[in-house]
Amino acid sequence: MTFVYNVVNALMFCFLAGAMISVAATAVGLPLSMPMPELKDMFPTSITWIVVVFCVGFVVTSLAILGFEKFANFAKICSPWMFLVFVAAALAVLPKLGLTSFGDFWTVATQKIWTGIPVEGQSKFTFWHVMFFAWFCNMAMHIGMADLSILRYARKWTYGFTSAFGMFLGHYVAWVCSGILCAAADVTVAPGPIAYMGAGVAGAVCVVIAGWTTANPTLYRAGLALQAATPDWKRWKVTAAAGLGTTIAACFPALVMRLLDFVALYGLILMPMGAVIFADFWILPRLGLRRNFAEASRSKISWSAAISWLVTLVVAFLLPLEIFFKGLPGFFIALVLYVLLSSVEQRMKQNKILS
Amino acid sequence: MRILALFIAVAGLILTVVPSFFVFIGTLTWQAHARLMFIGMLLWFIFAPIAMKKKGSHLNI
Repeated sequence: MTFVYNVVNALMFCFLAGAMISVAATAVGLPLSMPMPELKDMFPTSITWIVVVFCVGFVVTSLAILGFEKFANFAKICSPWMFLVFVAAALAVLPKLGLTSFGDFWTVATQKIWTGIPVEGQSKFTFWHVMFFAWFCNMAMHIGMADLSILRYARKWTYGFTSAFGMFLGHYVAWVCSGILCAAADVTVAPGPIAYMGAGVAGAVCVVIAGWTTANPTLYRAGLALQAATPDWKRWKVTAAAGLGTTIAACFPALVMRLLDFVALYGLILMPMGAVIFADFWILPRLGLRRNFAEASRSKISWSAAISWLVTLVVAFLLPLEIFFKGLPGFFIALVLYVLLSSVEQRMKQNKILS
Repeated sequence: MRILALFIAVAGLILTVVPSFFVFIGTLTWQAHARLMFIGMLLWFIFAPIAMKKKGSHLNI
């Protein structure tokens, strides 16, 4: 089970890192007059795109092999600057939308930026979409326990403030700015050209750095998750293999153009295992059942966990809801299933523990 | 040295964000704003590592 979980986790990390390599490639390709992928593009759009993606992928993989600490230090320097670039770029394009005083902001915002009319072929994002996505876009980490594969934990509870600060500024404010920039860009959807339109060279550099600083730790995590599945391999070899897979995936613009759907899917796939871990630790002992039963009964697989994972995923995919809304009911389905199945399994295998 | 680096790095951040406000109110061209942001970026990335370096440690980029 742990093997399957780690492999699935690593694959998802690779795809996520791949999307970020694609984002960086849209900025690196700017001086090369590279044709940018469009919203509906699924496959590589040109040879230049593939070459640029491979160059970016090579750099990102090399840095991930070197380790996390150096890049984490670099990211610390980048963070305040990147946030200000976002804000500055959005401010500078407001006149393009016909806005020159803050008093008219709401009028222009409702008429030209957040009009409520989706692009053709895209589903309309309502308040509920945004709220559920905001809560569940990182579901893989927070609920799916993806970070267990790298044994990451906070030493002090106050570290939570860093997350809160990062989420409010990094996600909330940056998404508001992103909405303004996309409205000003009109038909362009590639992040590189949009950032260049708002902030010039600094904007393009910001996109490259944003892509790298997201792709690198993600690729590093993919390497660690894969290493947990293949302990005989050296970390650099695993990371190099993951980097190659990630770079190939990054050649497909579908990954970045459908990023929201991918992130929602990523969270959904790992979510049942998070529910299983939660139920195993907090609920089973209160019901007189045993934690870590597979280990106690020397089973190689926890059938309760495996069936809960699979059945929850099948039920979640069959639910007549958009992907952003499947996570919440799915969590409770997995929770109930695991408790019921554990009760049955533990009763059936009781003798294995006693002997 | 670190204090001076800190001042220059912060000036870089100011050059990054403040010109955009003047573009918004129409007193600065977009081209000038983009140039100032570029200079701000250089100042920040050259001097922030010096300003943020902890005593006795090396910040490798």
